[in-house]
Amino acid sequence: MDIKTLEKTASQVRIGIVKAIHNAGSGHPGGSLSAADIVTALYFDEMNVNPKEPDMKGRDKFILSKGHAGPVQYAALAVKGFFPLADFMTLRKLGSKFQGHPDRNKVPGIEMSTGSLGQGFSVAGGMAMANKLDGDPGRIYVLLGDGELQEGLVWEAAMSAAHYKLDNLVGIVDWNGLQIDGKNEDVITVAPIAEKFAAFGWNVVQIDGHNFEEILGAFKKARQCKGKPTMIVAKTIKGKGVSFMENEAGWHGKAPDAAQTEQAVAELGGER
Amino acid sequence: MADKMATRQAYGKALVELGEKYPQLVVMDADLSKSTMTAEFGKTYPDRFFNMGIAEQNLYASAAGLALSGKIVCASTFAMFASGRAFEIIRNSIGYTKANVKICATHAGITVGEDGASHQTFEDIALMRTIPGMTVINPSDGVSAKKLLEQAVAMNGPCYVRLGRAAVPVFYDAAADITLGKGNTLRDGNDVTVIATGIMVNEAVMASEKLAADGISVRVVDIHTIKPIDAEIIIKAARETKAIVTAEEHSIIGGLGSAVAEVVVKHAPVKIAMVGQQDTYGESGKPDELKKKYKMTADDIAAAVRSVLA
Repeated sequence: MDIKTLEKTASQVRIGIVKAIHNAGSGHPGGSLSAADIVTALYFDEMNVNPKEPDMKGRDKFILSKGHAGPVQYAALAVKGFFPLADFMTLRKLGSKFQGHPDRNKVPGIEMSTGSLGQGFSVAGGMAMANKLDGDPGRIYVLLGDGELQEGLVWEAAMSAAHYKLDNLVGIVDWNGLQIDGKNEDVITVAPIAEKFAAFGWNVVQIDGHNFEEILGAFKKARQCKGKPTMIVAKTIKGKGVSFMENEAGWHGKAPDAAQTEQAVAELGGER
Repeated sequence: MADKMATRQAYGKALVELGEKYPQLVVMDADLSKSTMTAEFGKTYPDRFFNMGIAEQNLYASAAGLALSGKIVCASTFAMFASGRAFEIIRNSIGYTKANVKICATHAGITVGEDGASHQTFEDIALMRTIPGMTVINPSDGVSAKKLLEQAVAMNGPCYVRLGRAAVPVFYDAAADITLGKGNTLRDGNDVTVIATGIMVNEAVMASEKLAADGISVRVVDIHTIKPIDAEIIIKAARETKAIVTAEEHSIIGGLGSAVAEVVVKHAPVKIAMVGQQDTYGESGKPDELKKKYKMTADDIAAAVRSVLA
């Protein structure tokens, strides 16, 4: 997909995120919006997935280890055609399949139930091991939050993925710099991220997580790297695309009201 | 005296056989493969064996990833670290997703022995049986360990299989009918029923023999599957005998005793006495010394039977 179309698609994904969280009355817009370009690039360019056959053999898999950003995955799957966007507007409501954090047994295209941080990353390693064992060409992509790197399990998984030479595994850190209680460095410093993963034996690529050329280039570099898993460290802006949410820790876990939603949709170019 | 064998030994042997029958069987460990007995599988099927190092959280989350990709996974470490340290990973990545992972946890209970309190778990059955959809298995000897493991591997879904370190008598005949979810009545009797699990089943049989000499007729039931529990055999015991004694190498809080009480209070209330770890930590010592000190022997079961009849 060309970059212009990817940018337009990412705006549609962002509109889906903002509207669904507004309807739900709660949720995590900041970290969903910061990951929107990366997730759009995955579903609309990089990954081999089929909305008509979500369980297709040999498919690539995406795991949202930062499960609180569920709306970005739901919105991308909806725009891709896994289910109607209108269905996703039931997000977080009683009886909805769109749980506050993704449930793989409820929504087509969700490969792993996540929400408890660190686990999706480790599960992704297990899936990459299975694909190696089976000679399955499918690649495993997993998105982590920066605050999530504070979980010890992340580093256990980083060690084993390098040990088992999982070059079919690609991690992406959505480094927006903010977590619930504030800036990473005011909570627990996670930097330097690239150096940490390099020291753990990973191939590391550093990019601007809102620049599609860089995002696609990083995925290409990951494919070219043999014998090592790749970590893409993506600098992002929390709340990206919605002026009043950008770089505001307060928008980590808060729903926009009707007027704010209207403004956000307008800023994102309106619904197509 | 019957042959002795640790249930973990039976597990290790059975895995090698199962590896041939199930090409999709994968075995994982956390740097304890010589103790959990998964090493033999590793030698036989090196491609399907993964040592994850001393990282139990990653062991079980990776196991979930392999299982959700179509593998049957037996993932082993000591029961303390499997059920305790990795609890929330097991709950969210294995239980909630219904991943086909068999958590085969060895060195459970007081018979860990010399390693002492940090390695002696009495909480694992309680923790595991609160997870929706988790099958909880606690075999009583080498024969039942093999048969139950085969059934656990054949079924789809998460299982917790509790295994022991110490060699214990093999009392089941190789042809015995041991079915997941069904208790086995080993001795019939009409005064009291002893419902036991794991290595306490053999102690219960010994207790019943001692009590028979005093004219007390004891029924002995092996509940090797704690979840789903065989409610029928428990209700029958509650109705046909005067009282129940439960016996487990586990805390009396939340384990077999509690599971039996949950059934009994609902259907046929009778008096229950619980033999097990009395809400305290263990310590270093020989397994037999510890069983005695912490009151988990045939004599303790016999005393409990007398107490419920008094």
